[in-house]
Amino acid sequence: MILLPNITLSPSRVDQLLVWILQGLAAFAGILVLLIVGFLMLEAFPAVRQIGFLSFFSDASWHPVEGFYNVMAMVWGSLLAMLGAVLLATPLGICSAVFCHFYAPTWFVEPYRKLIELLAGIPSVVYGLWGLVVLVPLIGQLHPPGPSLLAGISILTIMILPTIALMADASLAKVPSVYLRGAIALGLSRWTTIRCIIIPAATSGLSTGIILGIGRAIGETMAMLMVCGNVVQVPTNLFDPMRTLTANIALEMAYAVEDHRAALFFTGFLLLGVVIVMVLAVDYIKQRHTYA
Amino acid sequence: MIMLSWPYHTLACFLFLLMMGCESSDRMQNSAKLVITGSSTLAPLVADIGKRFESIHTGVRIDVQTGGSSRGLADVRQGLADIGMMSRPLHATEQDVMSRPIARDGISMIVHQSNPVQALRNEQIIKLYTGKIHNWKEVGGEDAPITVINKAEGRGTLLLFLTYFQLQNIHIRAHVVVGDNEQGIKTVAGNPHSIAYVSIGTAEFDANHGVPIKLLPIRDIPASLDNLQNGTFPLSRSLLFVTNFTSTTLAKDFINFVQSAAVYDLIAQHYFVPISS
Repeated sequence: MILLPNITLSPSRVDQLLVWILQGLAAFAGILVLLIVGFLMLEAFPAVRQIGFLSFFSDASWHPVEGFYNVMAMVWGSLLAMLGAVLLATPLGICSAVFCHFYAPTWFVEPYRKLIELLAGIPSVVYGLWGLVVLVPLIGQLHPPGPSLLAGISILTIMILPTIALMADASLAKVPSVYLRGAIALGLSRWTTIRCIIIPAATSGLSTGIILGIGRAIGETMAMLMVCGNVVQVPTNLFDPMRTLTANIALEMAYAVEDHRAALFFTGFLLLGVVIVMVLAVDYIKQRHTYA
Repeated sequence: MIMLSWPYHTLACFLFLLMMGCESSDRMQNSAKLVITGSSTLAPLVADIGKRFESIHTGVRIDVQTGGSSRGLADVRQGLADIGMMSRPLHATEQDVMSRPIARDGISMIVHQSNPVQALRNEQIIKLYTGKIHNWKEVGGEDAPITVINKAEGRGTLLLFLTYFQLQNIHIRAHVVVGDNEQGIKTVAGNPHSIAYVSIGTAEFDANHGVPIKLLPIRDIPASLDNLQNGTFPLSRSLLFVTNFTSTTLAKDFINFVQSAAVYDLIAQHYFVPISS
């Protein structure tokens, strides 16, 4: 018995090796992120120096060939599409998970879960193509031109719904069964149990799902490029076309030179900033509202 | 043993790779190299042709850089590049270099097949794109709002369109901005009241393969690859190579290769038409 701790705790050579490899790999992953940030800054620097930092927010419009570099319309475009999609997909995703856990008949649960997983696996360009040839003409009949903020939000909602639903599903499954048994013993109804016990206990996992959804929504490029119309303007209603930061990079990178190219890297840098702010915000909310 | 040999292994691998790298870069310095700079419209095509040329002539390296037609011309004049790529004709003041046409590029206005409008005058197209005409009935069509489709900043087709109609991108009021030709065509096919401009090659191919789009004539000349090739279609331009009068044999070889039938498939892939000799 006395020997046991020595055997398990003394680092053997193989263990040491494993530790080194793992440390190396972890450092590699960390350095990679820093390298990308550094690279973005390096590429965006000429734009900031030549064009001026304020030009990106105070110029008349985004016409880089003519020398106008205002990116705010695209920041709003990205944010509005993302917010719309997250607001729609979060309740849907959580409801889907709650249904799966507490209301669905047993034989139905597995096929349903597989279906959601399938939805998560469809490549974004397929959603984009479907949006372009089916959804956009439909919206066009309702209110021309068709490619619009609404089309973007709809496609994004479908895309991030499985992410949020699967994360919610996993976090509901992790709620200790004593909570549930306690609630039943107290004679609480099923809805009260879910609303007052299960959901608060699963908040951490639920918000992680939302963060992942936000990340995917902000970063989505191909589908947005295909359905949003890409006109650089702040949309005033759901049927206005608009352009996201990601679509802007994808649209113009192939033909951009010099200052224009550097300005696109600055757009990428901004995108990174938006994602960081969103993640920190959700983290803050998560810390304030988590029980366990 | 494991602990000792592991880093050494890695080090050996690393050194080996380093030596390989040195060796290959040495070989490249000894070999012939052709620097081509200029128009970003031409660069993707020339890069593809360059790859094929490299695969036939071992040891030759073709370096293609973009920066606009004017840079191509300036680089050739200063001797920084062997060949300049230009997507605009040479001005009268630029006759100090030799130019060789390598392909033609043309764009066509397209509308949905169901659109009753058969032709638009140039002034009508300008008014349409600057937001002065909003409804198809103003140009002889149905009573429906027009969806104007424009290209993203920096595209070659946008530049050609703007130059031909003497417009500035700031003044264009678009409802949709698209990237490549296919996206433009799909958007028109999905919206019966829209208008766009795309490369003739793509438009003609898609229209012949059941996509519900219609190519509009410009100045009564039908938009077709034939009219583009024989030079009668107005909304088009020649894509040029410019060189000094004393160019190297390698540069001459490459230009001959670009003008030969061996690259017609690549030219067609990029939606240009080859110059018929």
